[in-house]
Amino acid sequence: MELVTPSIGLLFWSSLSFFILFIVLTKFAWKPITKTLKEREDSIDEALKSAEIARLQLESLKTDNQRLLNEARVERDKLLKEANEIKDQILAKAKGDAKSEGDKMIAAAKEAIEMEKVNAMNQLKTQVAVLTVDLAEKILRKKMEDRTQQEVFVNDSLKNITLN
Amino acid sequence: MTHIKSLKSMYYTAKSSFLTIIFCFISVISFANQPSTNTIVDTTSVGSESEHAHTNAKHEESHGEEKFNINKTIMEHISDAHQWHLWAHTSLPLPVILYTDKGIEIFSSAHFGHGEESHIYQGNYPYQLIHEKIKVVNEQGEVNPNIMVLDFSITKNVASMLLAVICLIIIFLSVSKSYAKRGVGAPKGLQSWIEPLIIFVRDDIAEPNLGKRTAKFMPFLLTIFFFIWFVNMLGLIPFFPGGANVTGNIAVTMVLAVITFIITNLNGKKTYWGHIFLPHVPWWLYPLMVVLEIIGIFTKPIALMIRLFANITAGHILVLSLVCLTFIFKSLTVGIVAAPFIVFISAIELLVAFMQAFIFTMLAALYIGMALEEPAPEAHH
Repeated sequence: MELVTPSIGLLFWSSLSFFILFIVLTKFAWKPITKTLKEREDSIDEALKSAEIARLQLESLKTDNQRLLNEARVERDKLLKEANEIKDQILAKAKGDAKSEGDKMIAAAKEAIEMEKVNAMNQLKTQVAVLTVDLAEKILRKKMEDRTQQEVFVNDSLKNITLN
Repeated sequence: MTHIKSLKSMYYTAKSSFLTIIFCFISVISFANQPSTNTIVDTTSVGSESEHAHTNAKHEESHGEEKFNINKTIMEHISDAHQWHLWAHTSLPLPVILYTDKGIEIFSSAHFGHGEESHIYQGNYPYQLIHEKIKVVNEQGEVNPNIMVLDFSITKNVASMLLAVICLIIIFLSVSKSYAKRGVGAPKGLQSWIEPLIIFVRDDIAEPNLGKRTAKFMPFLLTIFFFIWFVNMLGLIPFFPGGANVTGNIAVTMVLAVITFIITNLNGKKTYWGHIFLPHVPWWLYPLMVVLEIIGIFTKPIALMIRLFANITAGHILVLSLVCLTFIFKSLTVGIVAAPFIVFISAIELLVAFMQAFIFTMLAALYIGMALEEPAPEAHH
């Protein structure tokens, strides 16, 4: 029975020591510790939240970058295309210009040639005329050695020449 | 939801009442024959279990060799003492504080000597230590029952408890200091060892039972948890400064249970008292139910008290019995066989030390939680 009979001394001392322990630990340990634990949990929570926000921001930044890159690419393509077009235009224009110039030169050359031809013909004609006249003179000189023949010829010629 | 809650509380009430009844039954059985044997055995040995053993002991003594008495040895080890046994015949004397009608007196327990026969110490009265109880005696050594002696001595259990209190204060003040130093930084050293336990008490014991009222009761739950655990562990150390059976002493567990009882009932809300005095049963069941509920208020702390006491004491008895086997059989072989069992049971006792602290704190939190229960919305009707 002794085992289950609480003794007054032990009751007193255990109450006293438990109260001392409770009061001292509550004031100097449990309150500051639980407070710090709570603070730490809050700070971890906050850190996680802000990390999440940062992640989202980074993601939006990334999509922004991607968008800018895409825009730049489109812009570049557009510029290239335009440049190409301009090049083609210039080439085409140059070609056209060259052609017309050539044509002009050809035409001028042709004209010059024509003129030269005409000149040459004229000279030829003059030459031929001179030669013809010379020949005719010689022939006439030969033929017209006698009087009769001269007269005959003159008459014939006069007959042949029509006046116009 | 409310239905489940009330079921739960009913379950716990029923369970604790049941446990209490069982424990009471066990203690009645085991101690029923104690007084009669005690009176016979007074001069020879304490607490022999039967007349047969008693005569046996007498027989052995007459042959000049004292028979090893396992009952006496174990009872000596698990009960309180006025000196702290160190080794062989050396004991640490502890202060004796007595209160009689002539006032308080303090003296060393060394005055009683040690060994089987206690000396008479002449204080305000002549005192003698008889079976670790201080009694007033006359010249012939007969107990004088007329003078009441209140014994507030620093016994082995008290000394052990004070040591535990000092250790706990040192440990937790240093941990608290590291918290102050590191702030919200990561814990280190002792702090990182203690922190999971504090979080365990908060998240697994307090929160599920107390909800948003957790913070208010955390200091109490933490104190009771670490106190019980530390003292349990201290009791498992087989040599000085451990070995005292503090939490296996009914006075200590009674104090802890009474504190829990006071806190529970001081915080009892309308719903709690409503459950007790106006339970949800037909009116003609009131006389029965109200009586049962009122008994229930007391069975809860009594169950707490007996559970801790019985578990720790049983653990000590188990280990001591195994140790004693060697001395009963006076055989080295038995000792070699018993050693692994002792190690095994001691390892289990380490677990039990934690489990009992956990269960005590858990149930304290549960009882307080039940007392705090908010009025349930009237869903039924």
